[in-house]
Amino acid sequence: MNFLNYLISGISLGAVYAIIALGYTMVYGIANMLNFAHGDFIMVGSYIIYVLVSNQGMNPIAALLISIVCCAGIGVLTEKVAYKPLRNAKSRLAVLITAIGVSYFLENGALLIFGSNTKAFPSIVNWSGVTLFGGQVKIQGTTIVTILASVIILVVLQWFVHKTKEGQAMLAVAENYGTATLMGVNVNHTISITFLIGSGLAAIAGALMCSAYPSLTPYTGAMPGIKAFVAAVLGGIGSIPGAMIGGILLGVIENLSKAYISSQLSDAIVFSILIIVLLVKPTGILGKKVQVKV
Amino acid sequence: MSKTKTLSKTGRDHLITYGMVIIIYIVVEILLHAGLINNQMQGLLVPVCYYSVCAVALNLCVGILGELSLGHAGFMCVGAFASAIWSYQMQSTSMPAGLRFFIAFLIGIAAAMIIGVIIGIPVLRLNGDYLAIVTLAFGEIIKNLNSALFLGIDSKGIHLSLKSAIYLNLEDGVDPIVNGAQGIAGTPRDANFTIAVIVLLISLFIVQNLIDSRDGRAIMAIRDNRIAAEATGINVTKYKMLAFVISAGIAGAAGVLYSHNISTLVSQSQYFGYNVSILILVYVVLGGIGNMRGSVIATAILYILPELLRGLNKYRMFVYSIVLIVMMLLNWAPAAVMFRKKLFARFRKNEGTAEGGRKNGTA
Amino acid sequence: MEMRKFTSLVLAAAMGAGLLAGCGSSSSTSSSTASSAAATASVVTDTTSTTTANASSGDTFKIGVIGPLTGGASAYGTAVLYGAQVAANEINAAGGINGYQVEIVSADDENDAQKSVNCYNTLKDKGMQILAGTVTSNPCIAVADYTKQDNMFQITPSGSAEKCIANDNVFRTCFADPEQGTLSADYMSENKLGKKVGIIYDQSDSYSSGIHDAFVKEAKKDGLDVVSDEAFNADNKTDFSVQIQAAQDAGADILFLPFYYTEASLVLQQAKKMNYSPLFFGCDGMDGILTVDGFDKSLAEGLMLMAPFSASATDEKTQAFDTAYEKLSGGEAPNQFGADEYDTLYAIKAAAEKENVTPSMSVSDICEAMKKGMTEIQISGLTSDSITWDKSGAPTKSPRVYVIKNGEYVEESTSDSAATSTAASTAS
Repeated sequence: MNFLNYLISGISLGAVYAIIALGYTMVYGIANMLNFAHGDFIMVGSYIIYVLVSNQGMNPIAALLISIVCCAGIGVLTEKVAYKPLRNAKSRLAVLITAIGVSYFLENGALLIFGSNTKAFPSIVNWSGVTLFGGQVKIQGTTIVTILASVIILVVLQWFVHKTKEGQAMLAVAENYGTATLMGVNVNHTISITFLIGSGLAAIAGALMCSAYPSLTPYTGAMPGIKAFVAAVLGGIGSIPGAMIGGILLGVIENLSKAYISSQLSDAIVFSILIIVLLVKPTGILGKKVQVKV
Repeated sequence: MSKTKTLSKTGRDHLITYGMVIIIYIVVEILLHAGLINNQMQGLLVPVCYYSVCAVALNLCVGILGELSLGHAGFMCVGAFASAIWSYQMQSTSMPAGLRFFIAFLIGIAAAMIIGVIIGIPVLRLNGDYLAIVTLAFGEIIKNLNSALFLGIDSKGIHLSLKSAIYLNLEDGVDPIVNGAQGIAGTPRDANFTIAVIVLLISLFIVQNLIDSRDGRAIMAIRDNRIAAEATGINVTKYKMLAFVISAGIAGAAGVLYSHNISTLVSQSQYFGYNVSILILVYVVLGGIGNMRGSVIATAILYILPELLRGLNKYRMFVYSIVLIVMMLLNWAPAAVMFRKKLFARFRKNEGTAEGGRKNGTA
Repeated sequence: MEMRKFTSLVLAAAMGAGLLAGCGSSSSTSSSTASSAAATASVVTDTTSTTTANASSGDTFKIGVIGPLTGGASAYGTAVLYGAQVAANEINAAGGINGYQVEIVSADDENDAQKSVNCYNTLKDKGMQILAGTVTSNPCIAVADYTKQDNMFQITPSGSAEKCIANDNVFRTCFADPEQGTLSADYMSENKLGKKVGIIYDQSDSYSSGIHDAFVKEAKKDGLDVVSDEAFNADNKTDFSVQIQAAQDAGADILFLPFYYTEASLVLQQAKKMNYSPLFFGCDGMDGILTVDGFDKSLAEGLMLMAPFSASATDEKTQAFDTAYEKLSGGEAPNQFGADEYDTLYAIKAAAEKENVTPSMSVSDICEAMKKGMTEIQISGLTSDSITWDKSGAPTKSPRVYVIKNGEYVEESTSDSAATSTAASTAS
């Protein structure tokens, strides 16, 4: 039964990673950049909810919606101001470094506004969950909601990408930026939508993560952000189902290695597994094999 | 005189780099003796040097080998810990400090190179961003293992544990050298500005000579087109490994300087995490990818800048982040680059030099 | 080449701007950046600007504070800075030390040892004569090496690692980590709180692992049974379900949590969700748990902590401190970091007055006098009714144990044998 408990909490943690990783992987696939500031959008979204719910007494769901809109807006704005001018820069590293700058900007901005003290995040899920096997296995409400949310997001995103015109445009840009432009795809618009969705997802991830682990500081987003990046690579960066699989796997591995091997070395174990997977499948679990042409 | 004439353009460029470092060193030393440099700046001299050394190492990996590494802080960590264990253990013996520090360098560099080989074997099989993430993963593994490491030496030999100091079973009165998360405290502070500058010059010498050598040309050929390079008979794996391991060794040397500049050494994120690797990458990118002199200049400026901003109090890091973004945009955005070229071209015309039209695009 | 030239130009301009901003009054620059940053929330008043710079040296004591004001540990550094400010304002209003005013000079070390040394050098340039820092242990050890070299008097409010006070010029106000571990184990066994102890600790934090190691050692002696011993680290401090589960399965009836309240609040929350309610026992880092904004206080019901200070104490001194602190911090309640620093400044005041220290003395002379003075004073502060120091730099004060009842700290009477900590043995 213990194993089941560890597994469930691992899946719950993994589902959060997965939602963040979805944003990471979309931005990577379409704009071809590692957005290191992505994790900080989680923090921004959570602070917005915190202010609205704890200080203004707003309904948590309404606060979540406002947070999604705000985050999406900030995401698009960031792209326009900081990333777009560098899209055709000589080195791809330029935009990576700018993303680091944006990350510092968001963290230190939040530090100035909200101070360094930890805030206890108001849970947006008020359901205690279910108990199975006569009390031996307990699944918390947040866990169920998080897992459900991640599955719904996955399905909606898959539908969006494969069935709508915008989604098709995204696939085209991801496949080949230059050709997509020639075919009349509005690349700027497509990339804006990508950031809109990615940042909005970060807000959802933030709300769910902070509901499960309700402690909020300006640095809350940094480590989950990097873990989600690892999850995205594990699943095959650029692949939407891959991000989901990578996230869940990462969460489960992390929790099981904490439980059965060593709580000190769980990070080392997680990263070792990433390395092993990449050695066997160099582009991740669901990654596409890239043919190099001369 | 005849010798300088025969120097190639790159050779002259390298001499300028050494010259710049030496001149800055001499000027700083004169100012130091005249008492014109305040304590704040004095304290920054060695850190600037070791981060410069690490930036040069990373630039070899990123700019010359063409592979993005996000784990160079890990090599620094290995070099720092290996050498600090040596120096800590040896400081009670009668070995002269100079010799001890020299051997510490050898140990630190060797340890970092060995880890470089171990990491290089799997990492260099990958490409692009996958390689980057795996180096990041290795960096984090090194940091994580190091912070769980307990090591002590008593009369029975070396005791190791990954769990807790209690499991070392050391004899009474013997303290562990590496105490897990508490790291090593009490390493001798052997490093000074002169030694740091010498290490920087040696690193520059090694890297720039490598670039000019036959091996270096092979490495750059791989960077520019791996398949074409392979087709011409270049042993891709060998040369990639060569560059990677040298880069790791130099980063290890930076780590030795690091651990011998302050008396505590802990393996935590703020010292050796991926943040630090990325920070060094920022130095490299702002200084110019593949440009060693630029790395040194950018490191000096970007390391000193937040210290100078201390007057801003709590707005310091916030302002720093804005400066960083603006600098990136001004330096790298194609629109800004175009604008600048036009501007410079106009200046040249106004000055009436004939070179105005001879714009070279390889800035 | 053009590009490089331009780079250096821009960088030089940026540096110049930074220098100018650094020299000029910071308020103008800061307000403009703040307004551009975000218009939503009110910006807290600039802490360091309360120290109106007294240009003329020689008639003010310049006391340095170094600690993390940004980064993950910034909550602790900020608290210490506010605490120092409160004490300095009080001391100044009451006529200063030996008739001289006190000025706090502060710098942000981001909890990084190297940057802490940079801060130390910067503050030396600003004329610092006494260092009432640093806040965190590793930077403290690194800086202590430099204060030794300059023979500057240093007293750390919260650098609790044993090696912080290895040098004779360094004193401390808080308990050492091993002491806290030992005292906690003794308290548990003497008061028969339980037989089976589970531990969760932050393995990447020297404070936490320092307490942990001593606790495990002492628990063995005291006949306590450590049934689960689980760690986490700085990169994994949100999900504690595995560690809690391990303790629950092992049947621990005490869960010892020797780490800071930020993570502890999560542990309590998750334990509640898992229907696990042992006796939670924390150390001084646990103090502050009731001040976390939005924290459900009922979760902490019954929590025991061995802490030197409680903001909810009703004595006059604490109340006055709370009011002054909240005024400075913009409503944030103080915790033991601020209280320790407050006591630290009063210790400096007492020692300086004992030895007639004046700001015109050299740094080294001040240090020698302070070293002597510190061993002769006894102060009654926020963190203990009586604090004395011995030559090693360690304080002797009585530990207090609090239980949280109805969302308030209630002090437990400590048994006599645990009442006085003999720090001398650990510091030898």
